[in-house]
Amino acid sequence: MSGDTSATHYVAPIKDGTIAVDVVKIAEKPSNLWRDAWADMRRRPMFWISMVIVLVVLLMALWPTLFTQTPPNSNCQLSDSNGGPAAGHPLGFTFQGCDIYARTVWGARTSVSVGLIATIIGSVIGLIMGALAGFYGGWLDGLLSRVGDIFFSIPYILAAVVVMSVFAQFRNVFTLAFAIGGFAWASTARVVRAEVLRVRQADFVMASRALGKSRFGTLIAHVIPNAIAPLLVVTTLSLAAAIVAEATLSFLGVGLGSDTMSWGNDISQAQQSLRVAPMALIYPSIALTITVLAFIMLGELVRDALDPRARARR
Amino acid sequence: MVGYILKRLLQVIPVFIGATLLIYFLVFAMPGDPIAALFGDKQPSKQLHDALVAQYHLDQPFIVQYWYYLTGIFRGDMGTTFSGRSVNDVLAATLPVTGRLAVMAIGIEFTLAIIIGTFSALRKGKIFDNTMLVISLIFISLPIFVIAFLAQYFLAVKLQWFSPTVGATNDWGDMWLPAIVLGLSLYAVSMRLMRGSVIDTLNQDWVRTAYSKGLPRRRVIPVHVLRNSLIPVITNSATNFGVLLVGATVTEGIFNIPGVGNTLFQAIRQHEGSTVVSFVTVFVIIYVLVNLVVDMLYGLLDPRIRYVR
Repeated sequence: MSGDTSATHYVAPIKDGTIAVDVVKIAEKPSNLWRDAWADMRRRPMFWISMVIVLVVLLMALWPTLFTQTPPNSNCQLSDSNGGPAAGHPLGFTFQGCDIYARTVWGARTSVSVGLIATIIGSVIGLIMGALAGFYGGWLDGLLSRVGDIFFSIPYILAAVVVMSVFAQFRNVFTLAFAIGGFAWASTARVVRAEVLRVRQADFVMASRALGKSRFGTLIAHVIPNAIAPLLVVTTLSLAAAIVAEATLSFLGVGLGSDTMSWGNDISQAQQSLRVAPMALIYPSIALTITVLAFIMLGELVRDALDPRARARR
Repeated sequence: MVGYILKRLLQVIPVFIGATLLIYFLVFAMPGDPIAALFGDKQPSKQLHDALVAQYHLDQPFIVQYWYYLTGIFRGDMGTTFSGRSVNDVLAATLPVTGRLAVMAIGIEFTLAIIIGTFSALRKGKIFDNTMLVISLIFISLPIFVIAFLAQYFLAVKLQWFSPTVGATNDWGDMWLPAIVLGLSLYAVSMRLMRGSVIDTLNQDWVRTAYSKGLPRRRVIPVHVLRNSLIPVITNSATNFGVLLVGATVTEGIFNIPGVGNTLFQAIRQHEGSTVVSFVTVFVIIYVLVNLVVDMLYGLLDPRIRYVR
């Protein structure tokens, strides 16, 4: 033992004459899954690039006036229709003569709010269904897994199309988010169930039960916190998928009404003048793609960081 | 194998009933009087209204109505579209077109994914691999309608390599551009799965055994590595079939291909609720059947699957 900051172990020599020394630093905090993952991600430039993109998109959604002073849908002059870039209007004008840059900035709000709410709904339902099915097993697992299979068998964008067509007069951010998240949870539930099944076997679960904690209490206090890692990955990736779903539904005409500014709506409206003014379509497409790309990169980085085997494979 | 098939068939029944019940429940919850909607601005007489209510079993409880609908599906009666055409007639005309598009798209997807995925895996960490990974990330992030418009604008309008829309004459040759768009939208995920799977397979004992027996690389890679790496890609293509169906709807709409997807696309755009529901149901049935077939193929490809479950 040398001092109080590290423990030194002398281990069997590998070659004659050299003594292998194994030093364990005592004073340092013990490493765990999250700390390792953070240390891994922190070093990767891609992580910071995606974080900056996500942050910028969030700022655009919360305070669009930070980025543009131009009103996005009032003050549009038809004389500017499909016009190119002009002073104060760096990306040119839409068919209606509105500023493309301003509309692209303001469009972030719809994508982010629908994407976030839909993902929260989907993740919460998926977590509850998956955790209950995996932890209790038996008939409850059979029932919940079959319900999951049913939802899994309807592609969620098609399900959302039906919901939004049926409830056409109640179109708002929440119904749209419910239409997406309410049908997209099945894959999350499968992931959570598999992880809970794995964690359930752990000794600390048995210890918790042996110490007299109820089954449900054990599930909440010990199993779910230890099964949350894959959920985090799936949630980040579903955020990207939900944003694409919102844009696709808006494009199909069953998203929020055409008076709501959203990238999907703008792309849909710009397609009529694609041949003469492609830029009105390309800029919102770029914004949409970069946002989705940032969330997907983030999800993949988190997945790699949380899975030591994936890290080793790199 | 017979036991496996039977078990899989039995599993499909609750899923099928549940999915149709779910969709039917949504329609049942649809606000408004469907008979009044049928007449548009006109007011039907009381007798006519009551007769139609009885004809469509609207006076029956929910579960009885569902039963009529379900038995209708099994008799092959999918209902009528908003304009009064039988869904079956529409399907007979449009399904072959969509089938052709799907076959071409899946062909393009698989060819690209298998070739590029394998080469990426063999050159893991090199410049080709990294470039392909970045490209695949971009393709995963691009929504299909963006790919479609970009392809339409740059390849068809600017470069004029293809015709920008397909229209009524839809031979195999006309479908190249939409098939490439649909194939590319599916390609990235498959390519990454193929790459990962080949990397895993290359580390397997049997590959080392094959090399140590002195077999040349040109035999080990296609026979010992590729065949064993295909399973994740095939499994994924079944779950991914939902993405394909949505993609076909968008692509057919944008390129004006007279397929099932376009019918759904137009119905959605014109807010024809009942038609939307009929065709979504058709898609769900196709999706469930495709997954069933792929699961059976999967059982054939990998004997372990048959015994485990």
